[in-house]
Amino acid sequence: MGHIFPSLRLWIATLAICVFAYAGLVLGFAQTAVPFQANGSIIMQEGRPIGSRLIAQNFTQDRYFWPRPSAADYNGMGAAGSNLSPTSDKLEQRAAETVSRYAAAQDDPIPADLVAASGGGLDPHISLAGARYQAGRVAAARGLPARDVEALINRLAYAPGGVFAPDRIVNVLELNMALDKLGR
Amino acid sequence: MLASFLTVALIVGGAALLSWPLGRFMAALFSGRYASADSLFARIAGSSQDQDWKAYSVALLVFNAVMFAFVFALLSLQHLLPLNPDGQGPASIHLIFNTTASFVTNTNLQHYSGESTWSYLAQLAGLMWLQFVSAATGIAALAALARGIAGHPSMGNFFIDLQRASFCVLLPIALVVALSLAASGVPMTLEGAAQVTTLEGAAQTIARGPAAAFVAIKQLGTNGGGFFGPNSTHPFENPTLWANFIEMAAIIIIPMACVWMFGRMIGRIRHAGVIFVVMAALLLVKITAVLAFEAAPTQAFADLPIEQNVGNLEGKELRLGATTGPLWAAITTSTSNGSVGAMHDSLNPLAGLVPMAGMWLNETFGGVGVGMINMFLYIVVAVFVAGMMVGRTPEYLGHRIEGREMRLAVLALISHPVLILGGTALFAATSWGVDTLNNTGAHGFSEILYEFSSAAANNGSGFEGLGDNTAPWNLATGIVMLIGRYLPILVPLAIVGSLMAKRRSAESVGTLSVESNTFGIMLLITILIFGALTFFPAAALGPIAEHVTLMR
Repeated sequence: MGHIFPSLRLWIATLAICVFAYAGLVLGFAQTAVPFQANGSIIMQEGRPIGSRLIAQNFTQDRYFWPRPSAADYNGMGAAGSNLSPTSDKLEQRAAETVSRYAAAQDDPIPADLVAASGGGLDPHISLAGARYQAGRVAAARGLPARDVEALINRLAYAPGGVFAPDRIVNVLELNMALDKLGR
Repeated sequence: MLASFLTVALIVGGAALLSWPLGRFMAALFSGRYASADSLFARIAGSSQDQDWKAYSVALLVFNAVMFAFVFALLSLQHLLPLNPDGQGPASIHLIFNTTASFVTNTNLQHYSGESTWSYLAQLAGLMWLQFVSAATGIAALAALARGIAGHPSMGNFFIDLQRASFCVLLPIALVVALSLAASGVPMTLEGAAQVTTLEGAAQTIARGPAAAFVAIKQLGTNGGGFFGPNSTHPFENPTLWANFIEMAAIIIIPMACVWMFGRMIGRIRHAGVIFVVMAALLLVKITAVLAFEAAPTQAFADLPIEQNVGNLEGKELRLGATTGPLWAAITTSTSNGSVGAMHDSLNPLAGLVPMAGMWLNETFGGVGVGMINMFLYIVVAVFVAGMMVGRTPEYLGHRIEGREMRLAVLALISHPVLILGGTALFAATSWGVDTLNNTGAHGFSEILYEFSSAAANNGSGFEGLGDNTAPWNLATGIVMLIGRYLPILVPLAIVGSLMAKRRSAESVGTLSVESNTFGIMLLITILIFGALTFFPAAALGPIAEHVTLMR
């Protein structure tokens, strides 16, 4: 069994280089060059952490924009998709609940991204159409002119990948923080 | 439409271009062109003597046994060890067995969620370590196979090959990818979960960790096991479209380069070109199919006042664009990667058939090293059938393919459908499978079929609605992964060992040229007949039945 000693020596060598040296290097780079991203893109407000720019948090009040549905109930420790088939009755029931929460109607259909759950349940974005769809409710709840809210959405919406992904999206947490700054 | 086309062209075309110089470098590396590195590797290993196919196989198995033993122990003891800021407790013994088997075999099937199961030490020194050395094992096996076919007197030395693959191929590319991902927002920290108070005043706990280093090698080594439960749909694993592009290209670049490496090592680069085109053609067919099927809107929303204009969005992330989820699904299952950029369980029925087909064929680039080895089996069969058709002794590069080689090749190829269909039949008929389903009817059957396909193909993706962290699932898929890994590595080495023992004949005008279009078409037909005929009945019961009955 002349193979055992070389195997053990390779175990030590690969562990030292491919795990400890490699992870140490990446850790050192990330913590020095991009500490905000390296620690989870946590946003601070008045010295307190209020969420991650990359992780959806739940919003239920009329004065805030609502994120996409989450099969994980926005649990940052248990991300998950619904894993329901697009032909599933359970999915239709869930969608019907969302539709009634938004009071969508045939003459005012709701954009699909506000009804479809994301892959990880923590998608921080909604589509531009999904934000515009909610603008009226938010403006009314805050007593703001609708055009101010619309302008805010337009300012924050961006295409995530230029020509490769031209449909514009909005980060819900950033939008709601900007909204709070706007007032009421 | 235009965005989809541009994305496919950029990812597949870009990776194909980069694979050319990488393949050249790998061929030089494994041909011993870098003597100073090799002498260092020989000193580290304390072994550098040439091995025949038996010694090489045993060395491979012994090192893989060490991998298994160490990680099994580490996962079992994680709650007693450091780097566990979130206080993960002990996992069940059958989950530890399944997870160890899964990462040793380069599968990365995950019956757990990383953020709520494993400590940072278990993830890094256990799972991430295996992502390096299991991938290196596959590349080493391909190098040995190529040496045998090229007519070398020995297959090389496994311990040198493993270090070449780990330190000179995987490590430098992983470093570049990891740093890019960290810069684009993937966390890299040893801090435990973040506690935040949301704008509405609720408490939210956000898992994080040393993900950037992990995600890079997960993609490059066709591993696929995510740091977080939902893999690359999780915003921390895949924060932007650009990170997503890097991750997708990282899936296919080394499997593509392996074809060029093989061609150069056997001195037949044109032959490699034919193989590359056959693989790329099948991959593009699958990509086209999955994009087309996934452009259909979510059927369950059809009767509700919902505006659908960008296809099926259930299980997809908006920042990654409408195209990349299904594109990723095709790429990740054509190689044996198994990471996901959208939830496969929520794909439209026929779109969900595409990843299954990818795992059934398992060689349209395939896993690092092993994809080309799987293709070698199909080549043996294609050459044999072609030889029979024209009534000549079948030859491959001057090696005579005879009864013994054919029996071995068919044994390895037939084990794949036996594991998948046998396992699916057993679990679909018993409470082991039926009680764990998330969807009913044909889609439930698809969940079982997908799970066994993924295990046997060493892929690792899943129809994740399946409640698969049970003792029967963990044991059955653990065993299937082990057989599905080592049989298709060892049998080809045995075939080549048997070819090496025979005298090589010169190629004549009557020999089917392996550089010709005829050979390419022959190979394509062999693959399609094997795949389509074997798996069509199962496909008809699952995704096709669901499509026909429920889609309008």
